[in-house]
Formats: sequence, C-alpha cells, structure tokens
Amino acid sequence: MSALIEIEGVTKRFGAIVAVDDVTLNIAEGEFFALLGPSGCGKTTLLRLLAGFETPNVGRIRIDGRDQTRVPPHRRPVNMVFQSYALFPHLSVRGNVEYGLKVAGVPPAERRRRVDEVLALVQLEGLADRMPDQLSGGQRQRVALARALVKRPRVVLLDEPLSALDAKLREELRFELSRLQHHLGLTFVMVTHDQDEALALATRCAVMHRGALVQVGTPAELYEFPASRLVAEFIGAVNLFEGRVITDAPDHAVIDLPGEGIRAWLDHGTGLPGVPRLWLAVRPEKMELHKRAGGRPAPRMEGTPPGHNVLAGTIREIAYLGSESVFDVELETGRRVRVIRPNLTHWDQEDFGRDEPVWLGWHAEAAVVLAR
Amino acid sequence: MRGRTDWRREAGPFLALIGLPLAWFLLLILVPLGAVWALSFAINTGVASIEVTGTLANYARTLEPTYLGILLKSLALAGLATLVSLGLGFPVALAIAFAPPPWRTPLLVAVTLPFWTNLLIRTYALMAVLRDEGLVNRVVAALAPDLAPLPLLYHDVAVVVGLVYVHLPFMVLPIFAALDRMDRSLIEASLDLGAGPLATIRHVVLPLAGPGIRAGVLLTFVPALGSYLVPDLLGGPGSQMIANVIERQFRRADDWPFGAALAFVLVYLTLLALALLAPRRPAARA
Ligand SMILES: Nc1ncnc2c1ncn2[C@@H]1O[C@H](COP(=O)(O)OP(=O)(O)OP(=O)(O)O)[C@@H](O)[C@H]1O
Ligand SMILES: [Mg+2]
Repeated sequence: MSALIEIEGVTKRFGAIVAVDDVTLNIAEGEFFALLGPSGCGKTTLLRLLAGFETPNVGRIRIDGRDQTRVPPHRRPVNMVFQSYALFPHLSVRGNVEYGLKVAGVPPAERRRRVDEVLALVQLEGLADRMPDQLSGGQRQRVALARALVKRPRVVLLDEPLSALDAKLREELRFELSRLQHHLGLTFVMVTHDQDEALALATRCAVMHRGALVQVGTPAELYEFPASRLVAEFIGAVNLFEGRVITDAPDHAVIDLPGEGIRAWLDHGTGLPGVPRLWLAVRPEKMELHKRAGGRPAPRMEGTPPGHNVLAGTIREIAYLGSESVFDVELETGRRVRVIRPNLTHWDQEDFGRDEPVWLGWHAEAAVVLAR
Repeated sequence: MRGRTDWRREAGPFLALIGLPLAWFLLLILVPLGAVWALSFAINTGVASIEVTGTLANYARTLEPTYLGILLKSLALAGLATLVSLGLGFPVALAIAFAPPPWRTPLLVAVTLPFWTNLLIRTYALMAVLRDEGLVNRVVAALAPDLAPLPLLYHDVAVVVGLVYVHLPFMVLPIFAALDRMDRSLIEASLDLGAGPLATIRHVVLPLAGPGIRAGVLLTFVPALGSYLVPDLLGGPGSQMIANVIERQFRRADDWPFGAALAFVLVYLTLLALALLAPRRPAARA
C-alpha cells in the first residue's frame, strides 16, 4: 500500500527558531496517526504544514500522490479540527457544519441530508439549531468534528482535540474518536502531548523533539522498545540504570550496573556491539516487590542466575490508585525507583507498608538496553 | 451575579459617583435642549418676543419643498459620504488588522493623524487641493494640458470628499477594533473548509465585523448629517446642508422657532438612525 501522505525532508523555520527540522514521514490510508511530544516541539507546526497554513522552507508534502507543498489551504483535500474548535459564532450548529458544503456549491437538499447524517454520527441530532455559545464543551468538540467530517476529506487533522475537556469527557470522546475513524475508514492525523491519548487511539505514533522525529512506531513498539532514553521517559514512566557491558552473547548479555553495585542479566544480546556505556530501562509495572524483613534472602529472578537483577530497598511512598498501587522505593544509594503492582484481589494493597524493607527485581526479559 | 456590586443595594456610593456628571448632563445639555425643543412649538409675536403656543406650524414649514429638498439632499450627501467611507474604511481597517504587528501602531496613528489638526484648517487645506489651481487640477493639467480645470470645489463632489475626509477615522477605528478582536483561527477554519479568501471575507469576516461596521456607519453618518463647516466652505450654492439652513434661521433670519423646529427634525432623524443601527444587546439566550 502506498502512502497517502508523504512528507519529504520538510523544514520550517520561524526566524531563528527551527520549528520543524528535516522531517520525513509517510502515513498510509486509514491510519490513525498521532504526533506526540513535549510543548513547543513543533507538533502543531507540522500539522499546519499539512493543512497549508504554513509553507515549508525546505522539502515537499504530497497527499494522495499530488504535490501539495504550495497549494493554499482551501484547495487541499484535508480538514482540520482546531484546538479551540474555531466554531463560527454567528452560525448555528447546522450553519457551521454545512459551511464547507455551501462554499463548495452543494445543493441545499443534499446539504441538508449530509449534515443530518453527520450530526447523527456524532450524536448531536437535536442540536442543529443551537448557536455555538449554547453548547457544552463536549458538544462543541463534536460540532468541530462533524464540520471536518462532512466534506469527507482524504485526511482529518486534529490539533489536541480533547485537551480542553475534563478527564471523564476526554475518555468518553476518546472512544468516540476511535469509533468514528474506524467506522468511516478515514485517515486521522492527531497532535497531542498526552501520551495516554496517543497510546489509546493511534495505530502509529511519531515522537517529536525539538522539531525532529525521534521515533516512529506502533504504541506498543514505542512503549516496549523505545529507541532512546528520551522516548522511554516521554512515553510512560521508566527506571533507568547506567551500565557497562560485561558479556554480550547472542542469547544473553551481562551488564554491570556500578551505580547499584549489581549485575543485570538479559535473555538476549544487547544488539549494540561496541557501545561501552549504555542504559538499562525497566518499566515500573515490570518490576516486582518481595519481602526483605527478617533477613530474608534475595529472591532469584526468572530467567537469571542467582544474584542478578535484584536490588535492596525501602518503600518510602505508596500511592493507592484503586486498580494498582505505585511504590516509591529508595535504594541503599539513595536513588528512587518506581514500582507498580496491580491490585488483583481486595487485599493486595495491604501486602506492603510504608518504610518496609523490600527486594525489588525484574525478569531477564523485562529490560530494554538503550545506547542513547 | 455574585461578587459584583449591585447598585440598587448600595445606592449611596453609586449616586455620589454619578451625581456630578448627572447634574452636568441635566444642566448643560438637557435644559438647553429642552428650551430649544420648546421653542420649536413657539411663534414670533414681536421683534424680540417669542411665545410658546404648542403650534405645529414650524414643523409644517419644514415640510415645504425648499426645506424638505435640503433635508433630503443632506440625507443623500451624508449617506453617500458614509457609503464611500465604508468602501474605503473597511479595506483600510482590514489591512491594518492583518498588517505585521510592528506596522499596526504606525498605521493606526496615520489614520488618526488628521484629528490632531483643527477642522477649519483641514477644510482649508482641502480647498487648496480641490480649487482650480489646486493640486488635483495641476496634476490633471500636467497630464492633459488641453483640458479645462475640473470644477471640483463649490460643488456636491467637494462636499462628499470633505465629509469622507473628515469622518473616515470614525469609520476605520470601530471596524479595526472589531476585526482585531476576531479570533484568527475562524479565518483559518473557513479557508480549511474550502472557502477562498473572498468567500471568507464575505461569510466570516464581514458578519463578525458587523457590530464594528454598524458603529462606524453611525459615527460617520450622524455627524456628517449635521455638518456645517464642510458644506459651508466647500459646497456651492446648491449643496448647502440642513445645518447651514438652521444657522441662517437663528442668525440672519432671526426666526428662532423655525430654526428650532429644523434643528429638532435633525435630532429626530439622528435618533431614528440610532434606533436602527445602535448595537443591540444580544438577545438573552437559554
Ligand atoms: N507563527 C510563529 N512565529 C514564530 N514562532 C513560531 C510560530 N509558530 C510556532 N512557533 C515556534 O515554533 C516552535 C514549535 O511550535 P509548535 O506550536 O509547533 O509547538 P507544539 O509542539 O504544537 O507545542 P504545544 O504542545 O505547546 O502546542 C515553538 O518554539 C514556537 O514558539
Ligand atoms: Mg500545539
């Protein structure tokens, strides 16, 4: 399948600021693609380049095989859902949604039918005659969505579509976005700085940093196999340990963690030959806690020889989140490690208490090695 | 609304605050205006005596063809000047609102620059531009030496040009304010939905600038309708406006009751324009 959107070596500068830095990216038809990254990394600028509100200094943008680099926004086969929704305040819900059809010269009867259809799709049937200032935030969001969908664009661009809503509504609309995209088979490109949103919705994500793409992949790839500390830390929480390679065989590797005074065992090679210094990344939910009080010996971690992948520590803080508990564990060196345990039974949360001495460890396959 | 002082419950400080301006307004505006209004229902009983009889004869006279004609002409000239001002002012306001930020203040100052000179001086300056040996005609002569000088001055054209010149800032500024307040992403949304720049101006910019346009039209039309100096200095014998006639009644003709009636016809027209164009409070919404 060839790409619907092809971004080739695009750079956009504002004076001395390089907002988008040599980005090359292909997005296929039917994808729900998320652009993820910290504030100011250039996500909105990249989206605006696709919409035609900005023109790249260098590079080309093709949509559906046609060069769009210098095509003005009103002639591009894309529609955008704005962060602030940008609903026309002088037009009713119907007026807003049919605007794009009206300026395209669609006859009134068909216009009416299509607007009713798309309003039903976003569950706003009864509200066609309301004015935007008579709507709740969630309803406005749906109107903005309906307005972008009614023209059946090749690509729908969404700039932080859910960021203005409260947590509950955000979750509700998250499912709805996903349902709509799937149902209509459209290509969505969404900007967000909310990693949960990106993981939950996207079929593929790109992580941006200082205008450049640092990693592109499925949510699971980004979470389970981040390519750098930056991505590992940006997507989800992570514990990072600095280390040196002792053994690097195809089926296992041993890494010395001088800071922690232990060795780590991996059930695979590092894949990073000749890299002297690297980092071991372990997600909090992939760590386990064991009792240490009363001189209990260190447990042996699955897939490792004794004494590997285990650290002594003391629980300092516990955050009970209902479905899981988050533990802040202090190592003997004073550094803090985060561990997440699911609360599988009613009583799991009582297993460990504050200031309790614990062993913490991880399986041979739980860690990821990072060169950067 | 909670947290906001309700003047009905705390009338003391409120009255203290507006007492003086209110007294000023009553004494110096409403009282003289009331006196002139009363005069419009009076008759001249002697050389220097006037009696308020409640007669409508003065108003009846304003409907005589001479005066009605001048009134209609005034409406036409002020209306034309307002239209021209709108036609010039809207693009100017649009250009300033969308100019790069460092340009905006200088451009706004340039628009208001004429305010800083006296009206009389500005009007004389315009005469210098429009007269037979003026700037315009010298340029015309240079381009087409055979042509007779264009009779620009002492003509309706000169009056309209003068009215536009004087009132243009009143048109530009409120429209600029409305455009400046407008959310730019609305324009982008319109472009994004396939409307070209002109369609976007028509369907989004113009409606949203509506209150500013109404204010500009009002601020231009009302003073233009009552203009005295511009038609007096720039107009010919046929282009006098209602204010010139009123002045003549009060001074040369010494017919105060009729002058008062004419003046109040102007006031009634102004109130009518206000009622039609004044910004309305948005209707209370559910
Ligand atoms: N019109 C502009 N003029 C000058 N600088 C700009 C302009 N638009 C964006 N920038 C700069 O480009 C960089 C990227 O901005 P952008 O809005 O794309 O970031 P973002 O990733 O969307 O951030 P956020 O998450 O805060 O919305 C920022 O440093 C910003 O200040
Ligand atoms: Mg942004």
